[in-house]
Amino acid sequence: MVSEGKLSDEHGGGHSTPLIRPVISTFSHWWSNGGIEFAVGTLVDGQTVLLLIVVASISLLVHIYSTEYVKGDSRYIHYYAFLSLFTAAMLFFVMAQNIIQLIVGWELVGVCSFVLIGHWWEEKPNTDAALKAFLTNRVGDIGLIVGMIVLWGTFQTFDIDAINTLISANPDAHHFALLVAACCLMAAVASKSGQFPLHTWLPDAMAGPTPVSALIHAATMVVAGVYMIARLYPVFYEGLSVGTSSINLMAFIGGFTALIGAALAFAQWDIKKVLAYSTVSQLGYMVMALGVGAWTAAIFHLFTHAFFKACLFLGAGSVSHAAHHTFDMREMGGLKKVMPHTYRTFVISSLALAGIFPFAGFWSKDEILLGSLVGQKNGYPLMLVFGCAVAFMTAAYMTRVIWYTFHGEFRGHGHPHESPKAMTVPLWILAGMAVLAGAFNLPGPVLEPIGLEGLAHRIQTYAEPSVYLSGLGLSHPDPSLSMALIGLALAISGIVVTYLYYWRRVGLHGLTERNRYAKNGYTLLENKYYLDHLYNDVVVQTIKRPIANWANRFNQNVLDGAVNTAGETARDTGRWIYKWIDQGAIDGSVNAAARGADSSGESLRVIQSGKVQNYGQLLFGSAAVLAIVFVIVV
Amino acid sequence: MLLNQFLILGAFLFAVGVYGVLARRNGVMVLMSIELMLNAVNINLVVFGVQHGVVSGQAFALFVIAVAAAEVGVGLAIVLLLYRNRTSIDVEDFDLMRG
Repeated sequence: MVSEGKLSDEHGGGHSTPLIRPVISTFSHWWSNGGIEFAVGTLVDGQTVLLLIVVASISLLVHIYSTEYVKGDSRYIHYYAFLSLFTAAMLFFVMAQNIIQLIVGWELVGVCSFVLIGHWWEEKPNTDAALKAFLTNRVGDIGLIVGMIVLWGTFQTFDIDAINTLISANPDAHHFALLVAACCLMAAVASKSGQFPLHTWLPDAMAGPTPVSALIHAATMVVAGVYMIARLYPVFYEGLSVGTSSINLMAFIGGFTALIGAALAFAQWDIKKVLAYSTVSQLGYMVMALGVGAWTAAIFHLFTHAFFKACLFLGAGSVSHAAHHTFDMREMGGLKKVMPHTYRTFVISSLALAGIFPFAGFWSKDEILLGSLVGQKNGYPLMLVFGCAVAFMTAAYMTRVIWYTFHGEFRGHGHPHESPKAMTVPLWILAGMAVLAGAFNLPGPVLEPIGLEGLAHRIQTYAEPSVYLSGLGLSHPDPSLSMALIGLALAISGIVVTYLYYWRRVGLHGLTERNRYAKNGYTLLENKYYLDHLYNDVVVQTIKRPIANWANRFNQNVLDGAVNTAGETARDTGRWIYKWIDQGAIDGSVNAAARGADSSGESLRVIQSGKVQNYGQLLFGSAAVLAIVFVIVV
Repeated sequence: MLLNQFLILGAFLFAVGVYGVLARRNGVMVLMSIELMLNAVNINLVVFGVQHGVVSGQAFALFVIAVAAAEVGVGLAIVLLLYRNRTSIDVEDFDLMRG
């Protein structure tokens, strides 16, 4: 059952672009239960294809990079097995035809993430981080399951295409059910895509090998939540009233996450943790973009971010590979000269992340800010403020990382060196994409002067599922030069301020030691807003202690009692069995059989005389007896 | 046809053969007694074949003769080797398989 993807000419909801129908294949029934049939299949449209490109290409580069990075590791094969399983699971997830497949793919990537974070499980912090990631994700998974059940209860189908089409055809129906579903699914997004307040696992997940962080915790798995929102966008759009409000749950969570993530990135000394908080912040950007109705901007940012953030992570891995496996920036510095390739690619990707013209991040970030400014029916002013603040902070913290890692004097020990080709070549490819990825969705006015306006808005045209979104009346803002200039100015000022602070030593150095408020603020950031303390000491302890006490009592009295009773019973039974069954019955019967064989042998050996004629007598005698019996009977 | 006479002749020959096999101590005589029993069977085969007007009885008799020739060949070879090893062909002397 394949419905062909085709361009249809009907124009819906004010769209000037043709509607592209997704290609849906349902391969077979998976199982059925109580009259409900569960299918397996694929749904492929522009959005899926975009993710397939991102996942497959970055996965390939990470595989190549890893040949050098985990060379000589004791669990090399184990590592590659799970890296490949992860890639397969992610591809399964993005091609899901129904929401059951979404859940399956979601859990599969989660378990691969868990295993790979704990790849070096000999050290306690790594297993703790893996468990934290897994358990935090379980919290969100409850929302995922409940949300999917609500969707099924509302529409009586698991089919993504059917759900989207039904909502798109009748947007005003089922508003409350969609609100509940969207809120539940937001919990799942918060855990998987590192949104406040469930983002705390993502920085800890940096305990895993760096290529894993690049692939799973920067480019692909963590965008699963963003992808799910985009996939089921009509649910969120209608459920959270994205089109009519000027603030909603999704936009606020995203914007707030972007802000706190960016602030936390300043207080970290571990280069990977800076990048992790940066990822949290950028994921917040994407969720915020979806929250303000800028679907294309979110997916465009997902696309560009995957490349430059993977490049940054692999760059951090390259630095650590060279500098005695440390990620502490206080033990780096001055690596610019010895690691020219890593330095250049890192700077290019940082500029892309900061949103400097003409790198990829500039174009996608600009679209998000523009989307927040214009919104749908109303603008989203608070989101615009958040977005602008994050644009400034992103540029500043990335400049700080570059200063501590690559400039100044080398503060570590040993002799750092450039990484081998298997690591630098993927870096350069990703850096190339960090420059060029923006070209996939350039606004029209940029291309008009060079006569290529036909190439404008490629992602908007082909990746956006307009067949679903047209019924919702989603509109696209017109490109705005002033907004682009404001965003660029914020990014540049972020770089300039940090440059002056570190290179020229101007500004308020030592403020955190002198000023009480600044110091408190810094302590707050250093402790990550005390969220970990809240979760571990308050939430987990209050729940854990009574459960642990009860479990202890249960263990001592019930389980141990049962085990002891079982043990004693088993011992007594064993004795009884030994005495009566083993010794009496079994041995007795064996002995009796042996004695029977012995005595029957003794009596039968008489006829075994060895003389041919005795045998002949027996033969003919018995034949005669049989013949007589035969004659008498018959 | 004198069916009964032939059957009596066959039974007599068979009885002589059985007696020879069970009572004679000379190995060669035992073999010859076996031949007698086989020929008793041959007589029965031929007679019943004629009685029913089919040739398969005679054909079977020919097969039995051929097999008997082979059997006597093997049997005489065994007797010869027994004689060479023990200088005796008395079947009472050979009881190596006694249990």
